[in-house]
Amino acid sequence: MADIPRSRSSILEVRGLTRRFDGFIAVDHVTFSVGEGEVLGLVGLNGAGKTTLIKMLITLLPPSEGSAVVCGYDLRREPAMVRRTIGYVPQLVSVDGDLTGRENLQIYARLYDVPGAERASRVDQALRFMDLADVGDKLVRAYSGGMVRRLEIAQSMLHRPHLLFLDEPTFGLDPVARASVWRHILELRNNFGATILLTTHLLDEVEELCDRMAIMTHGKLAAIGTVEELRQQVGPDAPLDEVFVHFAGTHEQEGEFRAAARLRRTGRRLG
Amino acid sequence: MSVAALRGAKTETLTGFVSKTFAIVGVEIAKLRRDPTDLFSRAVQPALWMLVFGQVFSHTRAIPTGNVRYMDFMAPGILAQSVLFTSIFYGLSAIWERDLGILQKYLVSPAPRGALVLGKALSAGARGLAQATIVYVLALALGVRVSWSPLGLLGVILTVVVGAAFFSTLSLIIACIVRSRERFMGIGQVLTMPLFFASNAIYPVSMMPGWLQVLSKGNPLTYEVDLLRSLMIPGAVATMHLGLDAAVLSGSTFLFILIASQMYPRLGT
Repeated sequence: MADIPRSRSSILEVRGLTRRFDGFIAVDHVTFSVGEGEVLGLVGLNGAGKTTLIKMLITLLPPSEGSAVVCGYDLRREPAMVRRTIGYVPQLVSVDGDLTGRENLQIYARLYDVPGAERASRVDQALRFMDLADVGDKLVRAYSGGMVRRLEIAQSMLHRPHLLFLDEPTFGLDPVARASVWRHILELRNNFGATILLTTHLLDEVEELCDRMAIMTHGKLAAIGTVEELRQQVGPDAPLDEVFVHFAGTHEQEGEFRAAARLRRTGRRLG
Repeated sequence: MSVAALRGAKTETLTGFVSKTFAIVGVEIAKLRRDPTDLFSRAVQPALWMLVFGQVFSHTRAIPTGNVRYMDFMAPGILAQSVLFTSIFYGLSAIWERDLGILQKYLVSPAPRGALVLGKALSAGARGLAQATIVYVLALALGVRVSWSPLGLLGVILTVVVGAAFFSTLSLIIACIVRSRERFMGIGQVLTMPLFFASNAIYPVSMMPGWLQVLSKGNPLTYEVDLLRSLMIPGAVATMHLGLDAAVLSGSTFLFILIASQMYPRLGT
């Protein structure tokens, strides 16, 4: 994948972003930037702080310390403006099964101020782009896991965001559905020049989709760079999982029971 | 597009606020249209109250209801009760949406928190109106004499919507505090019956012991029922001033929507 020149204007600037919960630090002074049109993969063991970092960047969770500039807006002073310029697909299944795919899109077209005259065509276009045109009027409860994910990505793209956050976009999907979601993410990037920050546990997803990867461990950013750059630091022929273990460690985090149960539920609904 | 050009994005307008509010209401209406079975299962409880409780107490004549029959007196109370019982579980559906990830996506959208909360409140209002239609049918079937004056009906519609908005927003505030389904279920059960009994829904305030009269005066359901009764039943007179009823109910609804708008983002963290 093409190397992104560092001089390109950055769409996300994160400076010392930190989040504490009752004495424990979930995200610890994280600093990095993402260039326009870049796809950055954020990886790390469970509990490394990926989701907390994303939650701060999308304005769901106020940071304890540090700052970020998202699409030119200050995260802490202008959260409402940040929201207008970003798109977000959560790890959880976030579409309404009791509505049709089209209805699920129409809500977000309105929430994101897509002008009334354009809404219908924008929704149609999103359905077509995600290969959902022929099931757009079916209830979402009848969708497969891959279709649900594609619908969610369609929702997040309706307002043409400049920066898209995808939290484990292929979690719980079978290989066929995963390949189709990958293909659609690549098309987004190639056709719309979307800048994407995605979290994942799959290293082949990083190789397939991302220009650079950032590895988090214990709330800190352990490494960031292209796969090749990071590989050089470990050994010329090191396999990617070895590179990952080198930076992320192997220590298994004590996960929260609730979080684990929730992930399993999501997995079941998609699978 | 350059980063500098992105800064031209517009800020919220009134029409934008209204459009977003109704985007949320639209979801509820689509669901109501698609699956009305829920409405019928919710018709059972008011039917039982009117058929059993209403019929028995009509015969005992133990409750002084002035110049209206007991069935006529209680019908607006049962209407308010059935709307209360559906609205009070809106907080639970907010927690459910949080668990699904829908709520987080609402919060990440540029929709003002006030529009999201008002949208939920009016969704409860829409469901409340569907509920009201069923209670009207029941009431007619049981021979309750209801008023058909257009102004009275309009008043009933507004009162049902505002009442549903109030109790659903109260429920949303509780959800923001307890944050889990299990704890919410406990509180929801503890709350509904006292709200119902500490009101004038099935007996007049004048019959209550002194301490309960004080409580009922602090209970918005009392004002809602007082309004509904005088609007719905010919000959029934509001025990408090109609303007006071309307002011208390809409004022407390407005206040609660403001509070809930502040608290709503806490559900998404």
